[in-house]
Amino acid sequence: MPTASHVRLLTSGDTALVVEFGTGVDRHVSALVLALADRIDAVGIEGILETVPTFRSLMVHYDPLRLRQAQLKERLRDLLQDLHPSETAGRLWRIPACYDPSLGPDLEEVARRTDLTPTEVVSLHSSETYHVYMLGFLPGFPYMGDLPAQLVLPRREDPRIKVPPGSLAIAMRMAAIYPLESPGGWHLLGRTPVPIWDLRRNPPALLMPGDKVKFDPIPLDEYDALVAHAQAGTLRTEPEPASAAGAAR
Amino acid sequence: MSRALQILSPGLLTTIQDMGRPGYQRLGIPVSGALDPVSFTAANLLVGNPPGTAALEIAYQGPTIRIAAESVRMAYAGGGATIEALHAESGAAERIPVLQSRRLVKGQSLRIGALSGSTVGYLAIEGGFDVPPFLSSLSTYTRGGFGGWRGRALAAGDALLLQRSSVDEHDESMLPPLDLKLPRRFRVVLGPQDDHFTERGVRTFLESEYTVTPASDRMGMRLEGPQLEHADGYNIVSDGIAPGSIQVPGNGLPIILLADRQTTGGYPKLATVISTDLAALGRLAPGARLAFEAVGIEQAEDLRIAFAAELASLADKIRPAGRVAAFDETKLMSANLVSGVVHACEPEQRSQAI
Repeated sequence: MPTASHVRLLTSGDTALVVEFGTGVDRHVSALVLALADRIDAVGIEGILETVPTFRSLMVHYDPLRLRQAQLKERLRDLLQDLHPSETAGRLWRIPACYDPSLGPDLEEVARRTDLTPTEVVSLHSSETYHVYMLGFLPGFPYMGDLPAQLVLPRREDPRIKVPPGSLAIAMRMAAIYPLESPGGWHLLGRTPVPIWDLRRNPPALLMPGDKVKFDPIPLDEYDALVAHAQAGTLRTEPEPASAAGAAR
Repeated sequence: MSRALQILSPGLLTTIQDMGRPGYQRLGIPVSGALDPVSFTAANLLVGNPPGTAALEIAYQGPTIRIAAESVRMAYAGGGATIEALHAESGAAERIPVLQSRRLVKGQSLRIGALSGSTVGYLAIEGGFDVPPFLSSLSTYTRGGFGGWRGRALAAGDALLLQRSSVDEHDESMLPPLDLKLPRRFRVVLGPQDDHFTERGVRTFLESEYTVTPASDRMGMRLEGPQLEHADGYNIVSDGIAPGSIQVPGNGLPIILLADRQTTGGYPKLATVISTDLAALGRLAPGARLAFEAVGIEQAEDLRIAFAAELASLADKIRPAGRVAAFDETKLMSANLVSGVVHACEPEQRSQAI
């Protein structure tokens, strides 16, 4: 099990430093990454501009006019002492998800390739409480894991040019929700009416690294009704208290 | 009272940019901002704006803009360009030097031609734009459709609101030609994933010359040249991306990540261009050739400190240019209208060959 003592500090030019806890996708590593981000936020080191948690490392962006990388490394080594995972519990989001074939164009194919029925695929996808490892690729795009082992497939061989926003996607060990229309090579199982990216909101991204997500299946007519709410800006999606998420973690 | 700039023709890719939108990368939101912060800063200084005030970033081909406000003060800095003020009624054109502020009045237009020596230039407006900031910045991120003017590049017919409906008449400002020359070699700090490349791969990178391809944009600069050999595959579990990160996907050809870079990525990053050389990188046009040189982190930091001091000293180089109005009677009488143009592109053209 990786601990803070395995950490590597890797130079990424004169404005960023990578604090690498591991090389793979691992919930324990992720919890350490998020714990360090929390510590840095809490301590407030002069010269650090922002931190970006990823699956296995924390990128620290800093201002070289206020902080030398050697000093930064020293400060970070101090903060890494006795670093424990899960210093804060993420929020738990229940996201309505519609798996109607009209919204999940790859549901049938995923079922065929995994030797499951579409109903079993939906049941597996919506049974997991996902951990948001990181946001990236697109503004607000959450990499969530871990997908049940039965659903693991490589990316599509023919990526789509346009994936609609709200699409529920899977690839390898990850689940995701497309925040914006974009090209994409993941398998599409359905769609959520909840805008996970909304420019009218501050911040516009619904999810944060460390959050937990669970999908609640809904029928098509309910999906359509919620989409209408979302477009009118009257769809409120609130997370459950941190304690509920703590239990899920 | 109207206080707008009316876009008659938008140019190739004209966007509002400032120094970017840091602080939201953990939400996957790119920083964006001016590709060439040196020219951006110069343009703002010339119109007396605080550094960092949002300006128009012009790429390759400039716009034509009609003044709908009572008066505005503008200045252009960046790639060499023919800049003309067009008379309200006659449409007669008068050349305006780059790196000089100029007061224009209602009905007149400003036309900026094709850029040379750099892909970008900046048009700063005294007082700046009255456009709502998005997450504390006016930088446009066209891929995400947010920031700046409606999240997109300017289009014909747009009317950009300004903070001021008129500006005082006073002495104009000028700057001597900026030192926009390119480094002989772009300096990099190796890492964070240089250990994902063979020794030969790293040597190839440092000893070869690369060419900027036309597939480059504000997000990344794609290079053509000798392929770089990965040590152990070309996929890594995604981690963060820094400004100037040089990622190498499966085809072995480096991509340097610029202002609109994605926040995270899954290709190994061999090296990072030092922050001091990023502005020069932002000026490189497709077809330009470049090479790299590795420096240590402490040297990179020293260079950055010196660069910041140099940038700060730009303010001391501002000189009065006298009281100049477009279509000034005495100026029109003079036979010396065009030869007074400052050729700021000259030093860049010289340095284009590395």
